[in-house]
Amino acid sequence: MHDDADIIELVDIHKSFGAQKVLGGVNLRVKRGETLVIVGASGQGKSVILKHMLGLIRPDSGEVRLFGQSLAGLRGAALAKVRQRFGVLFQNAALLDSLTVFDNVALPLRERTQMTPGEVRDVVQDRLGMVDLDGMGDKFPAQLSGGMRKRVGLARALALEPEVVFFDEPTTGLDVHKSNEIYRLFERTRERLGYTAVIVSHDAPKIFKLADNIALLAERRIQASLPPEEFQRCDNSLVRDFVETTMGQIYSSRYEESAFNEKAGR
Amino acid sequence: MKWVERTGAYTLYYVNTAGRMTLFLFQCLVAVVRPPYRVGAIFRQIDFIGARSIFVIAFTGLFTGMVLALQGYYVLKQYGSVSALGSGVGLSLVRELGPVLTALMVIGRAGSAMCAEVGIMRNSEQIDALDCMAVDPIRYLMAPKFAAAIFSIPLLTFIFVVVGIFGGYLVGVTIFDVSYGSYFQGLYDSVTVTDLKMCVWKSFIFALLTVWISTGKGYFLHLEQGGGFGAEGVSRATTSAVVVSSVSILMWDYLISALMI
Repeated sequence: MHDDADIIELVDIHKSFGAQKVLGGVNLRVKRGETLVIVGASGQGKSVILKHMLGLIRPDSGEVRLFGQSLAGLRGAALAKVRQRFGVLFQNAALLDSLTVFDNVALPLRERTQMTPGEVRDVVQDRLGMVDLDGMGDKFPAQLSGGMRKRVGLARALALEPEVVFFDEPTTGLDVHKSNEIYRLFERTRERLGYTAVIVSHDAPKIFKLADNIALLAERRIQASLPPEEFQRCDNSLVRDFVETTMGQIYSSRYEESAFNEKAGR
Repeated sequence: MKWVERTGAYTLYYVNTAGRMTLFLFQCLVAVVRPPYRVGAIFRQIDFIGARSIFVIAFTGLFTGMVLALQGYYVLKQYGSVSALGSGVGLSLVRELGPVLTALMVIGRAGSAMCAEVGIMRNSEQIDALDCMAVDPIRYLMAPKFAAAIFSIPLLTFIFVVVGIFGGYLVGVTIFDVSYGSYFQGLYDSVTVTDLKMCVWKSFIFALLTVWISTGKGYFLHLEQGGGFGAEGVSRATTSAVVVSSVSILMWDYLISALMI
């Protein structure tokens, strides 16, 4: 059942690469304004879900709906129009390595808008300031650290003030300090631009703090998509395993009191 | 029955590849002619494919003309017709060696580099990033390369032929006893407009083959059989681009010659 608040819907998505079945009946919804975090072990197909949402991969069966339109009917200019509402921070930032930081952030503005060079410069400087990279516009991606490259990627993703921003493993390869910096920038930019966020991450439980909803991908399906507190109390055995593996044993009166009572002979 | 499965899989792969590459060529040609034109990017590519190839093309052309004159002189001398040297050198360069060798040199110098550049961009998700920013990678990356190759390679062919004729002159007239007048008169008498047309057609078609196969191999790197990822994948795709485009040029050379002769 389509709800107007759902801006992205995956309905019964199946996807295989050759003989390898990656997704087997994925159902997931992203609501306007929320932060959805997709978690799961490495190699489960989290990024494949993200690529379906971006229209970079098409499902073998099932339906992807973006802003109420079926991806199956979107190609060329129509798909480009939908993608203009998206911003993406790739796992490795995917900056164009032959362009400077300034030109990377300016690229979507120059290609997708009619802005004058002065307006482009103002927006680029604003976005670079937002991610604490003032004065770094002349550097090339190869001259930057991993954390800085991700921040440039974020500035580029936010250049066109997108409605939805996708983050593919935003903290992979970063130390704790740099990861916290990315989370801080996420909070700061989201507060200012008010975008919907879809984050693919295995940085649990830290990532739970950012989420309005957490979805677990395991055994080729979404096992649950729930707010953090409900997710931690979920009865699904795979969700419970995930929570216990990443956060340790969760106190639950239903399980632990009964074990305690059994031990005490009550 | 495994061989049946394998044959089916290979057939499907090659039919898919042919369809994908044909569509890619069509999209690139449409992007070249449809405005807005990315003039700055086209000039940068002309510099890379054309201007920076001039030295190697001139050098190759010079020695090709010289060796043609050297070999031709000793053969023609046996029949007492060294005055036909200019004609032999000119026709060989204009009809065959100019367009073919220029294209082969450009494949080695720029085609392999274009394939590697696009392949690395595919591998590091830079092309996906362009797609996600709603920036058409065909228009942004491929169209300037196509426009530059179609413009530059015919001009490089012209340079090759002119320098080659000069190389033939150096050997035939300066070193041997062929007269200046008979060398250039022979050339003037034998090279017709049809030969020049053949040269121009060949250079355009070879330019298209070079840029199409080189960029296409990089662009579809991720769909290569056996996986095209990593440094090894880029290296395999680049080798394949050089081999396939060189062989295609020799095949098309025969076809065009057979049609136009």
